[in-house]
Amino acid sequence: MNGTAIHHYLAEYHRREASNNTPWLQEQGLAALEKFRNNGLPTTRQENWKYTDIGALARTGFITADARHNTIEHHRLDAVRIKGLDCYELIFINGQFSPTHTRLEGLPAGVMVESLGRSLPNPSATVREHLNRYADNDNYAFTALNTAFLTDGTLLVIPANAVIEKPVNLLYISNRQDQTLVSHPRNLVILGANSRATLIESYIGLDKAEYFTNTVTEILAGEGASLEHYKIQQESERSFHIGSTHVTQQKDSRYVSHSISLGGALVRNDITATLGGNGSETILNGLYMAGDRQHVDNHTLVNHLQPNTRSEEYYRGVLDGHARGVFNGKIIVHKNAQKTDARQSNANLLLSDNAEVDTKPELEIYANDVKCSHGATVGQLDENMLFYLRSRAIDEETARSLLTYAFADDVIRRITLQPVRDRLEYSVIGRLPDASLIREFV
Amino acid sequence: MLQIKNLHATVDGKEILKGIDLAVNTGEVHAIMGPNGSGKSTLANVLAGRDGYEITQGTILYNGQDLSKMAPEIRAREGIFLAFQYPVEIPGVNNIYLLKAALNAVRKHRGEPELDAVEFLALVRDRMKVVAMKDDLMSRSVNEGFSGGEKKRNEIFQMAVLEPALAILDETDSGLDIDALKIVAGGINQLRNRERAIVLVTHYQRLLGYIVPDFVHVLADGKIIKSGDRNLALQLEEKGYDWVKQETVAA
Amino acid sequence: MPGQNEQVENLVKTEYEHGFVTDVDTDTVAPGLNEDVIRLISNKKGEPEWLLEWRLKAYRHWLKMTEPRWAHVHHEPINYQSISYYSAPKSKKTGPKNLDEVDPKLLETYAKLGIPLQEQKMLAGVAVDAVFDSVSVATTFKEKLAEAGVIFGSFSEAVQNHPDLVRQYLGTVVPTSDNFFAALNSAVFTDGSFCYVPKGVRCPMELSTYFRINASNTGQFERTLIIADEGSYVSYLEGCTAPMRDENQLHAAVVELIALENARIKYSTVQNWYPGDENGKGGIYNFVTKRGDCRGNHSRISWTQVETGSAITWKYPSCILRGDHSVGEFYSVAVTNNYQQADTGTKMIHIGKNTKSTIISKGISARHGQNAYRGLVRIGKGAENARNYTRCDSLLMGDQCGAHTFPYIETRNSSAKVEHEATTSKISDDQLFYCLQRGISEEDAVNMIVNGFCKEVFRELPMEFAVEAQKLLGITLEGAIG
Repeated sequence: MNGTAIHHYLAEYHRREASNNTPWLQEQGLAALEKFRNNGLPTTRQENWKYTDIGALARTGFITADARHNTIEHHRLDAVRIKGLDCYELIFINGQFSPTHTRLEGLPAGVMVESLGRSLPNPSATVREHLNRYADNDNYAFTALNTAFLTDGTLLVIPANAVIEKPVNLLYISNRQDQTLVSHPRNLVILGANSRATLIESYIGLDKAEYFTNTVTEILAGEGASLEHYKIQQESERSFHIGSTHVTQQKDSRYVSHSISLGGALVRNDITATLGGNGSETILNGLYMAGDRQHVDNHTLVNHLQPNTRSEEYYRGVLDGHARGVFNGKIIVHKNAQKTDARQSNANLLLSDNAEVDTKPELEIYANDVKCSHGATVGQLDENMLFYLRSRAIDEETARSLLTYAFADDVIRRITLQPVRDRLEYSVIGRLPDASLIREFV
Repeated sequence: MLQIKNLHATVDGKEILKGIDLAVNTGEVHAIMGPNGSGKSTLANVLAGRDGYEITQGTILYNGQDLSKMAPEIRAREGIFLAFQYPVEIPGVNNIYLLKAALNAVRKHRGEPELDAVEFLALVRDRMKVVAMKDDLMSRSVNEGFSGGEKKRNEIFQMAVLEPALAILDETDSGLDIDALKIVAGGINQLRNRERAIVLVTHYQRLLGYIVPDFVHVLADGKIIKSGDRNLALQLEEKGYDWVKQETVAA
Repeated sequence: MPGQNEQVENLVKTEYEHGFVTDVDTDTVAPGLNEDVIRLISNKKGEPEWLLEWRLKAYRHWLKMTEPRWAHVHHEPINYQSISYYSAPKSKKTGPKNLDEVDPKLLETYAKLGIPLQEQKMLAGVAVDAVFDSVSVATTFKEKLAEAGVIFGSFSEAVQNHPDLVRQYLGTVVPTSDNFFAALNSAVFTDGSFCYVPKGVRCPMELSTYFRINASNTGQFERTLIIADEGSYVSYLEGCTAPMRDENQLHAAVVELIALENARIKYSTVQNWYPGDENGKGGIYNFVTKRGDCRGNHSRISWTQVETGSAITWKYPSCILRGDHSVGEFYSVAVTNNYQQADTGTKMIHIGKNTKSTIISKGISARHGQNAYRGLVRIGKGAENARNYTRCDSLLMGDQCGAHTFPYIETRNSSAKVEHEATTSKISDDQLFYCLQRGISEEDAVNMIVNGFCKEVFRELPMEFAVEAQKLLGITLEGAIG
C-alpha cells in the first residue's frame, strides 16, 4: 500500500516539475520528497497514528490541483463567508489563490498579507529566512509531502509593534472538479516583536466533493507578540483533511488557538507549539464533532523549552453514529523549563454505541519545579441535568440536544470574535436534532 | 387532585416507600415531614417521574390520570412542578431561555398561544419581584455559579412563571439563612391560592412558621405514620420524631 | 526553599541493605540458551512431557520475537546467551521435606532479610513460600492450609502433585506468545508459587512468597499461578531482594491470577530488588508480566505494588474484567532514585457488563530517576455501564529526574464513564513551610508529606507490609528531598 502511495506522489512530483517556477525552493522540496520517499505515509504501527488508519487516503490516486482548478461561481462565496465579520480576506479554490475575490483594502502599513505563491518567484528576505524553518519535515510525513509540493498558500507578515485589529480570514474552499484532487496549502505567519494579529483559517468543502487537503501552517511569534488563531474545518463529508500547525514562540509571546473540527470523512489535525522563550504562553482550545462514519484525530504537542512558560489546553469531543474520535495531547517539559505551568483537559461525549473514543493525554516532565496536570473523561449526558430539564416541560430529545450543544459550546464560548462564534454555534446546532428549538436557547 | 394509594417504590432495588396513602385537593397546602432517610425526597422524585425510582405497588392518580405512565416532561406540562432540593447547574444553557421554552411548552400543551419575547419578558419582570430575583441571575446559565440561596430562589421564581397546579417543594428551606428563608417563604405565600395545591417536603418546622399548612403528615420508614393539622408540626418541634414513632408503635 | 535540596540529598544517600551474598554450593547450568537447556531444566524438575512441549513451543515463538522498545527506559542490549537459566542451592536431590532439611545458610539468609522461616517465629497468619534463585526452598504452614483445602507451595511441587490444575490454568491468562519476556519465561521458568483456593473457602491466612536472587550471572524466571475458585478469597504478598552486584541481572517473571465467580484475589508486592549503585552500575532488570483474569461474575482482583528496587522496572499488573460486575483495582507506588528507571502501570480491559476499575498510581522520582506511568483502560463494545477512575500523581525531587504519564483510554460503549486525572509537581513549598512552622524538622516534614502522598496506596496493603513499605520508602529516599 505504502509503496503504491510513494510511487504515486513521486510521479505527481515529476509530472509537475516542468511548471516549477521556484528554483530557490527546489532543493528543500527535493529534500522533503526524499524524506517522504524514505518514510512513506504513516501506518497504525506508528505510535502517533495508532488509532488512525489512512489506508483509504493512501489508496486514492489524488491528482495535484493546479491553476486550472481555480473556478467557483461567485455567488457561492456569500454562503461560505462569515456573516458580519469585518476582515481581510484571501480566497483559495482547491488550494489555488483566487485574486478576484480577495479583500485587502486598508491594510496597515508594513503588514503583508498575500498569496505565498505569488511571492515565491521573487521572495523577500523574510520569506527566504523563515519558510520551511518551523515545519517539522522529519517527524510529520504529510508535512514533508506538503513541502515537496509547496506552490501556494498565504504569507502573513506583521512587522514589530504593528497591531491589526481586523482579523485575516483565509478561506480554503474545495468544490467538485472533474478529477479527485489534492491541494497542499502552505501558510507562513511571521509576527514581529510586540505585534498582534488574529488569523482565521477556514476549510470548507462544497458539493459533497471528494478531495484531499494537506495543509501546513508555520507560525513564528516574536518577542511579546500575540496571535489569536482560528482553524475552522468544515470540509465535505467525503474529503480527507490532514493539517498541521507548527508554532514557534519567543519570549513573552502568546499564542491562542481555537481548532474547531466539524467536517471531513477522515481528519487529522496536528498542532505543535514550542514555547521557546521565557514567559511565553500557549492556549489551545479545541472541539471535534463527528457522526456517521467520520474519523477525526487531534494531536497536540506542547514543548516547554524555557522557564516560566505556561500552557493550557481544553479539548472536547462529541461522537455519534459510527464515528471515531481520537485525542492525543502531549506536554513535554524540558530540563530547563522550571516554573512551567501546564494544564490539559479532554472531555468526550459518546452518544452512540457504535461510536468510539480513544484519548491519550501525555506528560513528559524533566524539570522539577513545575505544576502540570491533565485530565480526560469519556461519558454521557448528565442524568440529573436531563431530568431537571424534563421536569421543566422540555422534551427528552430536545433536552438531549440542548445538553449536547451546551457541552460543545463550552469550547465555542471561549471564542472572542462574535461573528465567528455565531457561525460556529449555528453550525453546531445544525447538526443536532430539534435544531430550531435549540436555537431559541442561545 | 392527587390521590396516592398504597404506594411502594424502590431505588436501586431497595424499597424506600412502603405503602403511602395521601390525598391532596386543590387549594390545600400539605407539609410532609420526617427524619432523614424516611423517604421524603423519594416521594417527591417519584411524583416528578425521575428515572431509577420504580413504583412496585399502588397507584398515583393526578386529576384522574395514572401518573406512573407519564414522562416527566408531560407531568410538567400537566402542571406538576418540582422545586429541587439540589437544583443542578447546567453550564451553557441560559436560565431565561430555559424558562421561556418551559413556559411555552406548558402553554402549547394547554392549547394556549405561545408568548413572544416581549410578552414573556414582561411576565418575567413581574414575577422576579416574587422572590426579589436579581437581573444578573437571569442572564446566566441555569444555576451556574449561584449560591445555595440563589438556587432556591430561582426554583421559586420558576414556579412563579410556570404557575403549576401542583407544586412539590423538596426541602426548599434547607441551606437557607434566615433572610433568604423569609424571601423564599414570602414568595411561596404569594403563590398560594385556591387553584393551586402545594406539597412542602421538609425536615424542620422552621419553614412552617412562615407558611401555615392545612395538613401535616409525618413520614417515617416509608410510611405516613401520623397526620394532623399545623399543631402536629409544633408538637414535633417540641418532642422530636422519636415521639411519633414511639406513639405509633404503642398504638 | 533553602535546604530542601540538601534534605533530599541526605534522604537519598542510604545504601541498599539487602546487598549481601550467601555462600552456598549451587547447582548452576552453564550460561546460554537453546532447546537442550530447556530440556535439561524440564528434566531436572522431572516434568511431564506436555510441559516440556509447552516450554519448547514458547521458546520457538520467542526466537521469532524482538525485545519491546516502546517503554520509556534505556539499557544496553541484553545478551541472552550470557545468562545462566538454572541455579539451585545444592541440597538433597528431591528438595527439602521440611524446614529441618533446609540448608541453615539459607535460613540465615532469610532471617537477615527479616523473613524467618521457622514457623514458630512467624507472624501469625502468614504462610511463606521462599524462592532462592531458581527454586523454592521452603513453604511454611502447609498443614494448616491443607486443612482448609488450600493448595499453596512451589510451582514445581504443584506440577508433580496437582498436574491437572496446573495444566488447566497455566498460560490461560498470559499466553506463551504474549510478549517477549513472557515467552522467555514460559520457556525457561524454574519455579515460583502455586496457589489454589477451593470453592467458598476464605484462605485462613495471608500467603506470601519471598523471592531472592543470590547467584551471579543468573536470571530469575519464576512463574506464579493463583486460582481462586467460586466464592473464595485469598490475599497474597510478594517480596523480592537481591545482592549488590556490578552487573545487571534479569528477572523476568510471569504471574497469572484467575478469579472465578464471586472470588476475590488481593495481590500485594513490595519489590526491593537491588537497584544498582548511586552511579547506576548494576541492579536488577525487573521485566515482569502480571495479569489477572476476573473470569467469573462479581469477581474481583486487586493489585497493590510498592516498587522501590530494581535498576529498571517494566511491569503492568493488569485485569481482564470478563465477568459481569467484576472489579479490577491497581494501587501503585513506584520510586526511582539515582539512575533507576521505571515504566509501570496497568491495563484494565472491560469486557463484562457493569464492570468497574480503579487505578491509583503514585510515582516519586529523585536524583536521576525516571518514572513513567503507562496505562490502558479499554471499554469494549459489550461493557455496558463500565466505570473507570484513574488518578496518577507524580512527585519530583531534584532537578535531574523525570516523571512521565502515558495513559491510553479506548472507549467503545456509550454507557461507559471513564475519568482520568494526573498531576505532576514537586513538594509544595507551602506544605513544607507549614510543617516547619509547626516545629517539625525538614526531614520529618518531607517524610510525612511523601508518606501522605502514598497513603492511598499504603492503606491497601496488609498491615505488616504497609509498615515495611513505609520504612522502605524512607530508606529508599533517604537524603533525597528537594
